[in-house]
Amino acid sequence: MKTRYTYGGDEHIYVEMDDEMSLDAFFKSLSMSNAVRDAKIKGVTEICPANASFQVRFDPDVIAPADMMAKVKELEHKAEDAEKRLKTRIIEIPVYYQDPWTHETLMRFRERHQDPSGTDLDYAARINGYDSAEAFIEAHHSQPWFVSMVGFVAGLPFLYQLVEREKQLQVPKYLRPRTDTPKQTVGYGGCFSCIYSVRGAGGYQMFGITPMPIFDPEQKQSYLSDFMVFFKPGDIVKWKPIDRAEYDRILAEVEADTYVPRIAEVDFDLDAFNADMQGTNAKLMEALHVA
Amino acid sequence: MSLKIMQPGLSTSIQDLGRPGYFHLGIPIGGAMDRFALRVANMLVGNPEGAAGFEVVFMGPVIAFEKDALVAVTGADLPPKVDGVVQPGWTAFEVKAGQTLSFDFLKSGARAYIAISGGIDTPPALGSRSTYPIGALGGMDGRNIQAGDVIPLGEVDMIEPGLNVPANLRRLPGNPAELRVLPGLYWHRLTPAAQEGFFADDWAVALEADRMGYRFKGGKHLEFVDREQPFGAGADPSNIVDGCYSYGSIQVPGGLEPIVLHRDAVSGGGYFTLGAIISADMDLIGQLQPHTPVKFCQVDMEEALAARAARKKLLADVRAHLG
Repeated sequence: MKTRYTYGGDEHIYVEMDDEMSLDAFFKSLSMSNAVRDAKIKGVTEICPANASFQVRFDPDVIAPADMMAKVKELEHKAEDAEKRLKTRIIEIPVYYQDPWTHETLMRFRERHQDPSGTDLDYAARINGYDSAEAFIEAHHSQPWFVSMVGFVAGLPFLYQLVEREKQLQVPKYLRPRTDTPKQTVGYGGCFSCIYSVRGAGGYQMFGITPMPIFDPEQKQSYLSDFMVFFKPGDIVKWKPIDRAEYDRILAEVEADTYVPRIAEVDFDLDAFNADMQGTNAKLMEALHVA
Repeated sequence: MSLKIMQPGLSTSIQDLGRPGYFHLGIPIGGAMDRFALRVANMLVGNPEGAAGFEVVFMGPVIAFEKDALVAVTGADLPPKVDGVVQPGWTAFEVKAGQTLSFDFLKSGARAYIAISGGIDTPPALGSRSTYPIGALGGMDGRNIQAGDVIPLGEVDMIEPGLNVPANLRRLPGNPAELRVLPGLYWHRLTPAAQEGFFADDWAVALEADRMGYRFKGGKHLEFVDREQPFGAGADPSNIVDGCYSYGSIQVPGGLEPIVLHRDAVSGGGYFTLGAIISADMDLIGQLQPHTPVKFCQVDMEEALAARAARKKLLADVRAHLG
């Protein structure tokens, strides 16, 4: 892992911890972006952590870019020494796989896809060596996921699978991005899953949909009363497959503003996870059913 | 005191200087694409420079006034009319109660800014009135204005009409438009020939050009340095592990057509970026129509900061001129 520092124009510093994705790179990036925030450097206006990198926006009228760069670089050792532990939460997200709405959308944009003859799930299953879409769906929801970035558009989480690299699912993005994606679509691109927080353009493969809103500027859901965006980096997600009846039941609760997602407080320790992934995941998932 | 929208125009939105602080959640800063023009329009009518006004794209709205107000239109050359009588641009003029503000056809530029004395007083969202339709934030119920909207205005003591900003104190792109670029970010992904070609080639604004980003076409396809793609990045050589995007950053999906992210930028994604348009030139992009010829000009940090200082000085000169 070699840190790379560069400028994004005259108002941004971009720090890439590694050019490939790993939880080690994520933790180092998160620690370092936190160190920059804690340092309260005058002139910093925004700090954005990403999967394996982060960005600092600053006002060059307040601090010269070279001085800003020097201050950020000074903080790298803090990130190296930081504990790779997080007090976080695990959230169960209901997913209606193979739903009619993403199906309608994916058929509408078939000519932009690698395989116009099947569905996104058929294609993803085949290129990842699964016999059926159902077997692939099972692989998608059996282990928990880690929110490694929030962004693209309002409150959209990028999720990284908590499994060995050789077991990770990988799919390319659409050949050309769609101009439409249903709100709350569960998508997939590269090694990341995502939930489209709002309706709009998108290039990730579409696997299903969740009835649970994750962004609401009106903040009507109880779990969005603190802030309009639900996810933050470090959150852990367990997908729960649901059928149409369950989807409709949850949607009715959402519409009545009474839906309460299943959430449990957990600790995540990267070293413990690396030493025993199955055991760590089992404990994380257990917490959901104790709470 | 309020305004009534009789016709909305093509895509008219309420904008101020934006909502910094939420980009890490995917909510962009937003605000006027041409901030220089919005600031000057506000100065002309005696508002604080960051007051909310209308950002008008290509075609003007028709607005009925129920009380006397001062109005100034800056940015694109979109001649304003009061009850059908053309008024000068970059000048404060009066609109009396019962009169209607409308616009002639666009002569040049892409976005005009309408400031009204008192400023638009819709409820702020996350500290700003700027419209961000993707997140349904700001503006009128999170959207662009529509016919029938009644837009509230702030209260203010009206100053005298007639203030004007002369041509030498305005800032608009040339033709071809020159946009200065500081190489950086994932610049190293391009071959030396592609790096040179990007600045040597003639580009033009494509049809996909909006508040989120401006696409350019006409230059040669960019070649990438060979490598085995890093884990998690995706198979295309233009892919990276999804990272943050800078405002003004230039991504080139597939090496084909550069896209400059603007005020309503997506906050991150999986495409390499070759550098960013310098902060001083972001305003100019908002004034580019599709098909406008564009040259990207390479600068270093020193030149970027000098350009930033020059833009700041021009604003100071406008303030001094208006007293």
